[in-house]
Amino acid sequence: MESPTAPEPPPDVAAADERELQALRAGDESAFLALVNRHHRAMLRVAALYVKSGASAEEVVQEAWLGVLKGLHLFEGRSSLKSWIFRILVNCAKSRGVRDARAVPMSALEDEDGPSVPAERFREGDDRWAGHWTEAPEPWPDARIESGEMAALVREALETLPAGQRTVMTLRDVDGWESPEVCELLGISEGNQRVLLHRARSKVRGYVEKRLAREERR
Amino acid sequence: MTTRPVPDLTCKELVELVTDYLEGRLSADDRTRFELHLTYCDWCRTYVEQMRQVLAAAGELTEASVAPEARDALLAAFRGWKRGGGGGEP
Repeated sequence: MESPTAPEPPPDVAAADERELQALRAGDESAFLALVNRHHRAMLRVAALYVKSGASAEEVVQEAWLGVLKGLHLFEGRSSLKSWIFRILVNCAKSRGVRDARAVPMSALEDEDGPSVPAERFREGDDRWAGHWTEAPEPWPDARIESGEMAALVREALETLPAGQRTVMTLRDVDGWESPEVCELLGISEGNQRVLLHRARSKVRGYVEKRLAREERR
Repeated sequence: MTTRPVPDLTCKELVELVTDYLEGRLSADDRTRFELHLTYCDWCRTYVEQMRQVLAAAGELTEASVAPEARDALLAAFRGWKRGGGGGEP
């Protein structure tokens, strides 16, 4: 289950994993629930890249957790516990995805065209200001940024993204994953990951901008 | 007209480099051009600042908690696993 390409966990992660493993192997239910709470939602999101329905994704994640329990006494810590769990998940999701006759998520992870900011926001022509803003981006009011409203808008914006972009941005910017972890999990190059992240973040910024502008005018 | 050794970035170019910049993936030259542009362009400074605000807000999001049915099913599986002595399902 542990592929030779998996990055070795840093010492602090390895030590925390070891403590967690001991608790799990000793049958500590609260340790197991903490692990589930930490990873379950992200697992659902990743599973959804490979299977058709939300119900299938739930089943895949349940199956993956059973796989984790079965393998718990075999886990040797050559990768982090997290990356081991997600590798099991992806294996389950892929075999389920094949059964569901859904093409593997390459379509979801493909790049799509389109600039980060609509072209009409920039000047055309060949004068010295070509390529500069036609109209300044308005700074967002501090009161709205600090109110927690921003977070709500970002959550909404994430829902509007294509699955691949949403998955990459959520793993990186919400769940705090490192870029190599995301690449390894999804089997994509670092450059591809960065393109997806860039498209996602640019669209989320644009969404927030539009929403704030519309409400300011009211 | 003098020829510049390194042409300035336009705003339109800068917005496509923001992620590479924040991820520390720009070459030294491009990083210099990026930062130079920010010294004179308030508008792009606003843009980059908004990107940072988006990332800060994303970092505050916590994922919804696990659905109770799913949690109960997993807890039951864990108890079953424990009874099985750690070797998987009995």
